[in-house]
Amino acid sequence: MTDYSDPDFRAARLKKRYQAEKRFRAYGMAAIITAGLILVFLLSSIIYSSLPAFSHHHVRLDINISEDYVATDTPEEGNYLGLVRAALRDHFPQVTGRRDKRALYKILSIGASDAVEARVKNDPRLIGTQISLYVPLSDDIDLMLKGLIDRNLPESDRIVSDRDLAFVDKLAEENRIERKFAFALFTNGDSREPEMAGINGALAGSLWTLLVTLIVSFPLGVLAAIYLEEVAPKNRYTALIEVNINNLAAVPSIVYGLLGLAVFINFFHLPRSAPLVGGLVLALMTLPRIIIPTRAAFAAIPPSIREAALGVGASRTQVIMHHVLPLAMPGILTGTIIGLAQAAGETAPLLMIGMMAFIVDVPTEVTAKATVLPAQIYMWANNPERAFVARTSAGIVVLLTLLLVVNAAAIYFRRRFEKRW
Amino acid sequence: MKMNESQKVKIKARNVTVHYGEARALHGIDLDLNANEVTALIGPSGCGKSTFLRCINRMNDVIDGCRVGGSVSIDEQNIYSDAVDVVELRARVGMVFQKPNPFPKSIYDNVAYGPRIHGMAPSRSELDHMVEVSLKRAGLWDEVKDRLSASGTSLSGGQQQRLCIARAIAVSPDIVLMDEPCSALDPIATAVIEELMEELRRDYTIVIVTHSMQQAARISQRTAYFHLGDLVEHGQTQAIFTNPENKQTEAYISGKIG
Amino acid sequence: MSISFLFLCLLGLGAFSFLFGRRRIRGLTAMAGVKQHSRDVYHGSFVAVCAVLVPLIILLAWSGLSPLLIDAMLEDFLRRQSPDLSIGEMGVLIAKVKAYFVGSLPEAFANDLIRDGTDYFAALVDNSATARSFVVLLLGLCGAALGLRLLAPRFTARPAVERVFEIVMIVASAIAILTTIGIVLSLIFETLRFFDTVPVMEFLFGLSWSPQIAIREDQVGGSGSFGAIPLFAGTMMITFIAMLVAVPIGLMSAVYLSEYANPKLRGIAKPGIEILAGIPTVVYGFFAALMVAPFLRDSGAEIGLTLSSESALAAGLVMGIMIIPFISSLSDDVINAVPQTLRDGAAALGATQSETIRQVVLPAALPGIVSAILLAMSRAIGETMIVVMAAGVAANLTANPFESVTTVTVQIVMLLVGDQEFDSAKTLAAFALGLVLFFITLLLNVLALYVVNRFKEQYD
Repeated sequence: MTDYSDPDFRAARLKKRYQAEKRFRAYGMAAIITAGLILVFLLSSIIYSSLPAFSHHHVRLDINISEDYVATDTPEEGNYLGLVRAALRDHFPQVTGRRDKRALYKILSIGASDAVEARVKNDPRLIGTQISLYVPLSDDIDLMLKGLIDRNLPESDRIVSDRDLAFVDKLAEENRIERKFAFALFTNGDSREPEMAGINGALAGSLWTLLVTLIVSFPLGVLAAIYLEEVAPKNRYTALIEVNINNLAAVPSIVYGLLGLAVFINFFHLPRSAPLVGGLVLALMTLPRIIIPTRAAFAAIPPSIREAALGVGASRTQVIMHHVLPLAMPGILTGTIIGLAQAAGETAPLLMIGMMAFIVDVPTEVTAKATVLPAQIYMWANNPERAFVARTSAGIVVLLTLLLVVNAAAIYFRRRFEKRW
Repeated sequence: MKMNESQKVKIKARNVTVHYGEARALHGIDLDLNANEVTALIGPSGCGKSTFLRCINRMNDVIDGCRVGGSVSIDEQNIYSDAVDVVELRARVGMVFQKPNPFPKSIYDNVAYGPRIHGMAPSRSELDHMVEVSLKRAGLWDEVKDRLSASGTSLSGGQQQRLCIARAIAVSPDIVLMDEPCSALDPIATAVIEELMEELRRDYTIVIVTHSMQQAARISQRTAYFHLGDLVEHGQTQAIFTNPENKQTEAYISGKIG
Repeated sequence: MSISFLFLCLLGLGAFSFLFGRRRIRGLTAMAGVKQHSRDVYHGSFVAVCAVLVPLIILLAWSGLSPLLIDAMLEDFLRRQSPDLSIGEMGVLIAKVKAYFVGSLPEAFANDLIRDGTDYFAALVDNSATARSFVVLLLGLCGAALGLRLLAPRFTARPAVERVFEIVMIVASAIAILTTIGIVLSLIFETLRFFDTVPVMEFLFGLSWSPQIAIREDQVGGSGSFGAIPLFAGTMMITFIAMLVAVPIGLMSAVYLSEYANPKLRGIAKPGIEILAGIPTVVYGFFAALMVAPFLRDSGAEIGLTLSSESALAAGLVMGIMIIPFISSLSDDVINAVPQTLRDGAAALGATQSETIRQVVLPAALPGIVSAILLAMSRAIGETMIVVMAAGVAANLTANPFESVTTVTVQIVMLLVGDQEFDSAKTLAAFALGLVLFFITLLLNVLALYVVNRFKEQYD
């Protein structure tokens, strides 16, 4: 017979069981802590690597806006690159020889001439005068000044040559170098040069695309949900439709991209890379994600409200529009906002329809070539230049901030307006 | 039948008070429950009978915000003292719930669960034996002996409740607590379980909460009447029902209140 | 006028019609002195519908179909000019004409034929746009006028408007359903064209994936193989690694949060896990490619292992992280759905909490948990950006997680990104892969539903 009557046996067994309990709890806690640490690590490493992108080193140059380079009546056709280079030569008169001059010019970003051009166009009376202006340095110099390129490495391992280093050090001694906030990140479109590359174009593209998505998917989704939940008879076919829509919500997003490619681009010949097409593809993807929570919001409203409305003589449509819909609105809006937020982060289906082009200009129209923020991030991530790493992270920070705001709004909405039946 | 005055007291409750958060559910209960007897706790809804029952196996510990004051002693040992391990306690004090709650496992595994976790039966044949004995004592063996691997939830309501009784007595408790065990069952199933209780009390001490006074009169030796958290009266069942001392008790018995 | 502008015009017309109709019916009723059948808003809406509905449909249809017609006419025109061009050459010519039209073709590449074609194309586009604007606006105005004419106090405006509303709802639902049909049909159509070139068996069972196609018919050495097994294997390996990460962490988090955690911890941890779910996958891809993969490669090198910088391990790990919230929240729901009375029964028998969870709660919740795992697998298999950025591009049939593999979704992207001619076998292969992907995920979803429905206990 067992030792169960033996108190020592019982005590030992009890102890083992409690130890197992402690271990189990520890596993659970460890799982949560692991997940939390991963999240913290992910976010902090991205934020940390994005910090260099938010500032950029500029140098103050004295530029003689000579009429040799810019005619007073046609400021837009001036040779601003020449102006800037002349300014550099004036500052370093000892630099002769073509190779040395080329090295000198390299320390500036191509955006330097843009800065001067913008200034002169703004105020053409400056032509013929001398101005002092901060212009951006090249991305490699900037990285070196930030310490991300080690200046102590031998020259062959370093991207920045000794000569350039000397020029920059001289300018720094003269207190001409200053680190400024990188507005270019937010005001510029894409560029081959990392220091000039900004998210403005991608943001605009995202907004246009999401606008199309919203306009198409919200009415269609809500109307379809109303019909399926309130009007349609409950039979085998509608049950099949419900299963169908649930499946659609789980279809991988890239398949929607294929659909868009086959139907919108190849059959309807809509323009590739346009927010119109991107918005349509995302709308199809978002449709089930709006229909499902809308139906749930409608289903949560007790039948007594509908019966009361019918009792005073409202038509079926009036019952829906005047009584049920307003009550379901919080749930509908929450679901829509969350669906749109997910669409805003989608990349794969948009790659399929070509929204991976190099877009410099901000799109002004729904059929213009555009890209979206996640696709821009993807393209920058593929770029091997070092400075683009920080840029990509910065783009991610902007995207995550936007999504955070939108999701927080949705949660606030839900808490504030949700009724519990 | 002549009352044996020196019936052994199994459970002693002294000044038991229970708070759920701010609200007080039990007000200083003093009650003795005797060994090998069926004691019925009666009273209208919400008067604290189930709360008191759950004090005896410390199931109130599971509820957030529930505070128990006073003492409950089983065999002269206060079960709320730190020396007592609650897991062991619940092996000694079994419970059957109002709605049958068999695990979604086989009939065999339902009954074997308790002995398994407490390490009571190291070999398979001993476990088989314990399962058979428990099912026989619960009066279910003949009905299920050929389908021990069927799911416990595939039984009828009355059978499920007897399965829960078998499960509770499989760990050889001294005391079995029953919280309105028949309220979800039909009259025939109820009758079967009431017969069972008369047999079970030979080996166990039974405390039963019941809504039905007739049931209390049928099956219990002693009865305690609770009202709004107070113990109004307790004593021999016959005495309580034919000649209650307290007016309130009389009002409840005769159906004027509750 | 562009489509957006016309759209706005129609909206404006609709608003005006509504207001006008409302005013008019009030006037009519006052004059006639009888009781109005429907309220003002319905009369207004009626006029708005008359003004906007048909023109809107025409606008959409025209915008959708006219490019097709114009392209056909352009092709006709060009073919008359040079009748002996092949289909491929014609396609290139049309592309050049369109490029010249938007100004992105340098003068050096243009010739007279292209310039003529561009002039013709420009004329077609202009005429079409003008005609479209004309027709749409005219129909809009006529519709508004007609609607106003029909207004009368006893006119049953409300039922008419409600009927239109119901039809609109039905159309909306139809579109949602058509999407599925559209997906399946378009995928099947292109896949069948693919199987004209590449046999089904080679695709499904071939072991070599190297999608090179001869660009010109006379090009030597352009043989491609389209055996998809390495892709399936790569997908399964990365999915498997992801599950190894996600299931323990996700499940144990769910168990702890629903059974042990106090409300404060739950209030912090649950939204925290939701945040993981809301992070766009391109962010995970970046994290995997630029932080996890190099870290694994370098750490591996220190202990003597060689990891590729595009290892399946890196992609699988990050994919697993992405899936954790999926499993956690689904499991949380099913665990909470297990009735408290079962836990009470176990507690009353003297079980510790972990015994109750392990032996009573989890087995009861098992169908839901299995279903959650199947859905998570479906998600992992269909995931694109993480693997595009972190996994490899070359097909590699291996069981070693330290090597680089490629997946179905990566290949779909690689085959389509870039300017291919649409008909080439490479592009069609992408559709075939897409069809396989669609069916696998569909199967997993249906299986997940089946598991829950078949094995769920009915607690009443």
